[in-house]
Amino acid sequence: MAIPNDVIINIEHVSKSFGDKKVLDDINLYIKKGEFLTLLGPSGCGKTTMLRIIAGFAQADCGIVSMDGADITGVPPYKRPLNTVFQRYALFPHLDVYDNIAFGLKLRGVPKDEIEKKVKKVLKMVSMSDYEDRDVESLSGGQQQRVAIARALVNQPKVLLLDEPLAALDLKMRKDMQIELKEMHRKLGITFIYVTHDQEEALTLSDTIVVMNGGKIQQIGTPTDIYNEPQNSFVADFIGESNILNGTMIKDREVSFIGHDFECVDEGFGENVPVDVVVRPEDIYIMNKTEGAQFTGVVKSCTFKGVHYEMFVDSDNGYELMIQDYNAFEIGSTVGLLIKPCDIQVMHKERVENRFEGEMTADDTVKFLGGEFKVEPVEGVSAGDKVEVSVAFSGVDLLDHTEEGNLSGEVHFILYKGDHYHLTVLTDDGDFVWVDTQDIWDKGDLVGINIESKDIKITKKND
Amino acid sequence: MIKRQHWSIPYFIFLVFFVVLPLVLVAVYAFQDGTGHFSLSNIVKFFSDGDALSTFAVSLEVAVENTAICILLGYPAAWILANKKLNRSAVTIVLFIIPMWINALMRTLATAELFNMLGIGLGKGTLLFGMVYDYLPFMIYPIYNILNKMDKSYAEAAEDLGATPSQVFWKVTVPLSMPGVVSGILMVFMPTVSTFAISEFLTNNKIKLFGTIIQENINSSMWNYGAALSLIMLVIIGITTLFNNEEETKEGGVI
Amino acid sequence: MKRVLSQIYVWILLILLYSPLVFIAIFSFTEARVLGNWTGFSMKLYKNLFTGGMQGASSLVSAVENTLLIALIAAAVATLMGSIAAIGIFNMRGRGKKTIQFLNNIPMLNPDIITGVSLFLLFVFLHISQGYLTVILAHVTFCTPYVVLSVMPKLTQMNPNIYEAALDLGATPSQALRKVLIPQLRPGMISGFILAFTMSLDDFAVTFFTRGTIGLDTLSTFIYTDARKGGLTPELRPLMTIIFTIVLVLLIVINVRQASLAKKSSR
Repeated sequence: MAIPNDVIINIEHVSKSFGDKKVLDDINLYIKKGEFLTLLGPSGCGKTTMLRIIAGFAQADCGIVSMDGADITGVPPYKRPLNTVFQRYALFPHLDVYDNIAFGLKLRGVPKDEIEKKVKKVLKMVSMSDYEDRDVESLSGGQQQRVAIARALVNQPKVLLLDEPLAALDLKMRKDMQIELKEMHRKLGITFIYVTHDQEEALTLSDTIVVMNGGKIQQIGTPTDIYNEPQNSFVADFIGESNILNGTMIKDREVSFIGHDFECVDEGFGENVPVDVVVRPEDIYIMNKTEGAQFTGVVKSCTFKGVHYEMFVDSDNGYELMIQDYNAFEIGSTVGLLIKPCDIQVMHKERVENRFEGEMTADDTVKFLGGEFKVEPVEGVSAGDKVEVSVAFSGVDLLDHTEEGNLSGEVHFILYKGDHYHLTVLTDDGDFVWVDTQDIWDKGDLVGINIESKDIKITKKND
Repeated sequence: MIKRQHWSIPYFIFLVFFVVLPLVLVAVYAFQDGTGHFSLSNIVKFFSDGDALSTFAVSLEVAVENTAICILLGYPAAWILANKKLNRSAVTIVLFIIPMWINALMRTLATAELFNMLGIGLGKGTLLFGMVYDYLPFMIYPIYNILNKMDKSYAEAAEDLGATPSQVFWKVTVPLSMPGVVSGILMVFMPTVSTFAISEFLTNNKIKLFGTIIQENINSSMWNYGAALSLIMLVIIGITTLFNNEEETKEGGVI
Repeated sequence: MKRVLSQIYVWILLILLYSPLVFIAIFSFTEARVLGNWTGFSMKLYKNLFTGGMQGASSLVSAVENTLLIALIAAAVATLMGSIAAIGIFNMRGRGKKTIQFLNNIPMLNPDIITGVSLFLLFVFLHISQGYLTVILAHVTFCTPYVVLSVMPKLTQMNPNIYEAALDLGATPSQALRKVLIPQLRPGMISGFILAFTMSLDDFAVTFFTRGTIGLDTLSTFIYTDARKGGLTPELRPLMTIIFTIVLVLLIVINVRQASLAKKSSR
């Protein structure tokens, strides 16, 4: 990867584990001078750990963090020229506003009158001028937030790190602070690295968004790139609303999904390759007449959302689609639907079935994922053999009670695919199992996992 | 980066030296005869010594009775004190706590002197009365604490679901306050079982409690037998604590 | 009606609780050597207590001195060791943390007599001659867990990022400790110290077993021996009255202040 020369922070092959859990998995990322970069992802995706490694509070297990070309991997946080705005502000409760802000300057032995000048200036910048003597615990959340930003900025850091700084504020306040932060970034010209789980906030503020999940970077790009061209179903689902559907790339510029063939703009996938298809709800055209439509559907629900209506429509082949339109359509009416080629985003599938490493413990029993499963005996495969196990997504059964299954796990991620749910289940041993199901589960549900012998395919490993 | 967790090492060593090692020594001495050889003679001596056994039984009996009386008297008091409608003054609970801060020996002596002056003969009755007097605050305070912190919406939810005031009390308030009762029991039962000075003063040495015979043996240099008796008490305490811990976690699960 | 009945119940309990103390207080203002005889109002016992004009006065005064000195040293050592240990325990994970917390609970759950006997056996076993040092060590043993328990909540309540914020702003780890961490823990350390101090003042059984035979007396052991000799030294009556009054006033002041602070902050 060619790295431009205006890079301020460069992260190379950084990994980090807590116990058995890998929170960062070979992260490579560079941050340009003066850019507003956001690390975006659900909780537990590794974004805060990434920020803590940049700040120096946590050490990467391996990999290099460099700043302005110098390796800072082992430099302690108090020697790094960057400052942090913490999630819950972390103002010192035993100091007043002035002393909180002056804390860093005093440690560096800055002369008193200069400290006073600087503190006054930064307080003015965050519009908190008359609050110098206030006890920090008497301030509102928004005011504490401003003091925390002032406390970091007064040290004139090269990079400002912000760890979900607005998460504790109410919606209105959050919107106002977003505008102020953006303005501050423009005026100061320094690099901001911002961590959030709020995709809307990320789209509003950032020059560059880094979408993370499961300790890996999913996509890096501008807000428009990320929204319009998500690279996988996770990004598509996480950013904005979307219809994510199973499809097949028939040939270049032609894709089949929800039982119809559509013209699209994607090329180079090959022929008859399974893909994921994303269509944003505002990109499906809905009309009362059915002639001229590519397919039809029946309106199931229609909710007013302020600017637009949000409708769920069952397509003629039984897929549920979310559609946003400025006009309302009557529930129960048959509508015509149309999707333009450029609004269809085709993505490679990350996987088409579950694959595990296994070992035969008897001629008809295989051990994988830490559990034992009955299989139909295969000729040439006997006890002790190492095998490759594959299970179709729909071959995995989830049970209400964890003790009923061969394995147990937790529902980790849910994707609605129009006619079924695609679940990611995290087993107790920390492995992932992907499941297609019609049943409704919630994130965090504890489930038993069973796989019937007919659904398990084994092939002997040659080596 | 900074290994803050290592800061506990000095204290850990201290604990091993001044808590674990002494307890091990209790066991070691208990299973030795006077010459330092392994022996079960001390344990055997206890179980064949009629006086020691009856003292043991009396101690348990007094401790159970004292604990029961403290619950019966203390629970209503704690409930009244925690009830804003029945008690508006914050000072009343302080008045119940104050005796906890005054030397128990002093309070016991004062009680014994009072009995003497009133011409009440010292014996089982005065022992129990004095013990209740000494330990009642230790029962009231934890129960009060938990009742006072209890979310009012539990009681309101019960009322909303049709419970009468007495049903609210028996089916919601009492079960939810059990952790307080449990720690009250710990704070009352264990000291009562192990006390020695208090019983001497309150009964004029007429009734001996288990603590007293431990003290007498240690003081007359019968360390091995004293250690054996201590070990037996330790086992009793251990059983009570374990039982209480289980209760506590069970209660914790309900909430 | 219900309110009146419950108030009566509470006050009967209080009267029962306080009657012996009040009784001692009343008879501290008369000269009679036998408790219960009223020979007219007199401050003589108080005068004796403070001027030492009585039998065994020096041993009573030195017992009071010993009590205070031991409590002060034990509480100070316990506060230092307990606070450092609490920071360590707070930063620990898993088994190690569980083990040390379990060990920390033992002295609190152990009855005094067991703590006393076990430490007595330790000192005998190690051939350490017993006296001030052993009593102080013993007091540190049962006081420190209370300090750990008072400092712990301050650590858990503390915003975990505060220490990191100090580092982020350029403080070295030791500066961060002095300027940020310790000020945050101070209230817990103070209440731990007070708790340890009163626990030590109150102790009888542990001192009894670890004081050896050098004639070291604290107030508790003095009272114990005195009472067993038959009859209390009359000068103990004013002493008890004074201690009782100090505790009463202190606790009421503290609680009233806390209540008014709580009211203020809730407004």
